[in-house]
Amino acid sequence: MAENHAQHLAHHFDSAEQQFESGKLGMWLFLATEILLFGGLFCAYAVYRANHPEIFVYAHRYLDKVMGGINTGVLIFSSLTMAWAVRAAQKGQQRALKWLLAVTIACGFVFLGIKFVEYQHKWKEGLLWGKRFAPHAEGATAVASPASPPALAPPAGGGEEGTLLPQAAPGPAGLARADAGPARHESAEAPKNVQIFFGVYFTMTGLHGVHVIAGMVLLGAMLVRAVRGDFGPEYFTPVDLTGLYWHLVDLIWIFLFPLLYLIH
Amino acid sequence: MVTNDSTVGHGTPAAVENALGADNYLNHGRGLGSWFTTLDHKRIGVMYLVSILASFLLGGVFALLVRTELLTSQKTIMDADTYNQLFTLHGAVMIFLFIIPGIPAALGNFVLPLMLGAKDVAFPRLNLASYYFWIAGAVLALLSIVVGAVDTGWTFYTPYSTSANSSVTMITFAVFILGFSSIFTGLNFIVTIHKLRPAGMGWFRMPLFLWGLYGTAIIQVLATPVLGITLLLLIVERALGVGIFDPALGGDPVLYQHFFWFYSHPAVYIMILPAMGVISELVSTFSRKHIFGYRFIAYSSIAIAAISFLVWGHHMFTSGQSNLMSMIFSFLTFLVAIPSAIKVFNWIATMYKGAIVLATPMLYALSFLFLFGIGGLTGLFLGALAVDVHLHDTYFIVAHFHYVMFGGTVIAFLGGLHYWWPKMTGRMYSERWGRIAALLVFVGFNVTFFTQFVMGAQGMPRRYYNYLPQYQAYHQLSTLGSYLMAIGFVVIAVYLLQSLFRGAPAPANPWGSATMEWQTSSPPPAHNFDATPPAGDPYDLEPWRWDAEAGGYVRRAPAASA
Repeated sequence: MAENHAQHLAHHFDSAEQQFESGKLGMWLFLATEILLFGGLFCAYAVYRANHPEIFVYAHRYLDKVMGGINTGVLIFSSLTMAWAVRAAQKGQQRALKWLLAVTIACGFVFLGIKFVEYQHKWKEGLLWGKRFAPHAEGATAVASPASPPALAPPAGGGEEGTLLPQAAPGPAGLARADAGPARHESAEAPKNVQIFFGVYFTMTGLHGVHVIAGMVLLGAMLVRAVRGDFGPEYFTPVDLTGLYWHLVDLIWIFLFPLLYLIH
Repeated sequence: MVTNDSTVGHGTPAAVENALGADNYLNHGRGLGSWFTTLDHKRIGVMYLVSILASFLLGGVFALLVRTELLTSQKTIMDADTYNQLFTLHGAVMIFLFIIPGIPAALGNFVLPLMLGAKDVAFPRLNLASYYFWIAGAVLALLSIVVGAVDTGWTFYTPYSTSANSSVTMITFAVFILGFSSIFTGLNFIVTIHKLRPAGMGWFRMPLFLWGLYGTAIIQVLATPVLGITLLLLIVERALGVGIFDPALGGDPVLYQHFFWFYSHPAVYIMILPAMGVISELVSTFSRKHIFGYRFIAYSSIAIAAISFLVWGHHMFTSGQSNLMSMIFSFLTFLVAIPSAIKVFNWIATMYKGAIVLATPMLYALSFLFLFGIGGLTGLFLGALAVDVHLHDTYFIVAHFHYVMFGGTVIAFLGGLHYWWPKMTGRMYSERWGRIAALLVFVGFNVTFFTQFVMGAQGMPRRYYNYLPQYQAYHQLSTLGSYLMAIGFVVIAVYLLQSLFRGAPAPANPWGSATMEWQTSSPPPAHNFDATPPAGDPYDLEPWRWDAEAGGYVRRAPAASA
């Protein structure tokens, strides 16, 4: 065991503890970069939703809550098996470690499979992003045609601020607030620019999907090393760090699911 | 008892040693293969240095071509499309390939572990990966020039960048990859500074260069991912038409500007903070005096890093954002002036009553104070709402930017390069030619860019291919200055290359600095230190005295403490 310890200690660290802490800090910093990467998308979501809640309220009904819900459950369960796998590595339970990593990877496959079915439905119904948005299936016919012009903000009434500068030009849908009426559209009539919702939906879930795949590749590498018997109470850093990454990927989905599927 | 100047016995052999003939990091492994697979931070730093200097040359040639075209108010040497491509490439190459990795990845990589008395950075393999990400990004960026150069300006503003029929996708993907390189460097530095400081070196015993690198690294880690997602959105916009930035599909191009500047404003502090760190080292060493106001300089680095995230809207005063937002951003912009000025005043106070040595690195440090002073103060003009409406998109802003980025960062980079050159190569460069070149660069720079302040204030817009005859004299003077600067750089290149072969062997500590990198041989051994020196006050220069016999500075025994 002591040999195992020294074998994994890089020459520029004084102790295994220093090396472990460095790895952990590095991983947390990397997770911070991931949060900021998604942060841009969450920010875009917030801007469009705040200015055009009617689009989001209308369009979210085309997402399948049941499938999204099952996927949420699958990912939460995979977080459990992942945390358990880290524990198994720390306690040197080789058999449990292998099985738990395998189950976590399997959960990743289930998630991606369900996501694929969801994407396929959207594809068939033409509920796609931006310029590919061309709804045609039943239930989606009411959605506005993609060629509809962007909703322009009404001219700001009464010049809100005394200024010699010319008024800002009316902006496109994104940052210009539409002041028209109550936010909630209960009617089936489609608001303008529904394709924005699907643009946001596909970018966010797509980027998340890429991260799930990356996590599964990492988990696969951990499984190979676990089969080789690399890990034990003396050395489990890679499993621990992969676990942190996997939990973050889950956590992002925990935010995506209500923000996209459960809008009122 | 004060005259007791016997050298400290155990420190002597290593303290004056030149290791060119012995085993050092340059000859530790042989052949190109040993360089391309190295995990040694010093070698990675040197590889970065060579690569970014090549980028600097490329960006500089683009700049000279742009300036030459502007000699006459009509067509001079190229057509308008080529001109648009050249100023775009000048900006993109200089920013993403040269100045962002410049000080941290090249000088920082080499110096940071040495300053900590450590053997390496925390993640050597990640460090090498960062270099190869840089290479991949650089190759893609160059390919995009061959395939069809972009002409969008280095900011890639939508909607032009999403509709332009040029290789925007390729160069933005290149910048995306370069972002990884930058993130990995920053992440590595943060962990190294947190976890590999030696016993006895608390946060406030670190050399100030490390504070600069630390502030830089925070921005690299927290801001770069936002640029990543912005460029990713730009790429999917072009490839798939997602519509998030496309007004025809309900998206908003101004959102792109917000995203872009959320990264790119902090990015200018990625460029300037390590430069300020270098200046802190130079000013103290060459004034032969302890740095003044250590804690203020250290905290102001962090303050600049923190405020840098809150000022991006000052790039968008004329974009149609609300007046209230513009006022808030203007106020926050003024705030940045405070920590910047704190640094400048502390450097000046350090020089006060110091024994100033006008060696080449110090000439660059003095240039920095002068040029950064002008650059920083003109930034306040641009941060003021009313004035900015007049100056926006004129040569005034080009001049301001170059005073801060060139007069600040590049000048500090040159100062740092000369300062650490003996440590990196084990050779001294020609001090006389160094001073002449520093003067040439300083004069050439001012001739080039001060004239741009004047013509910008008179209304000359930036990026124009042709211009009214009234601006011709300014443009010609500016171009003349750029040629003068180019001559200065040729001189620098010649004497630095010459020093590699003919330079006098450098002592371990040619300048009398007290930071740890000077307490190992020049060049250092592959493992950095035979015995890690004790961590002391990094600015306590008193014990370091010139020893003519050894040809370098040697630590004297402290005067009898009784």
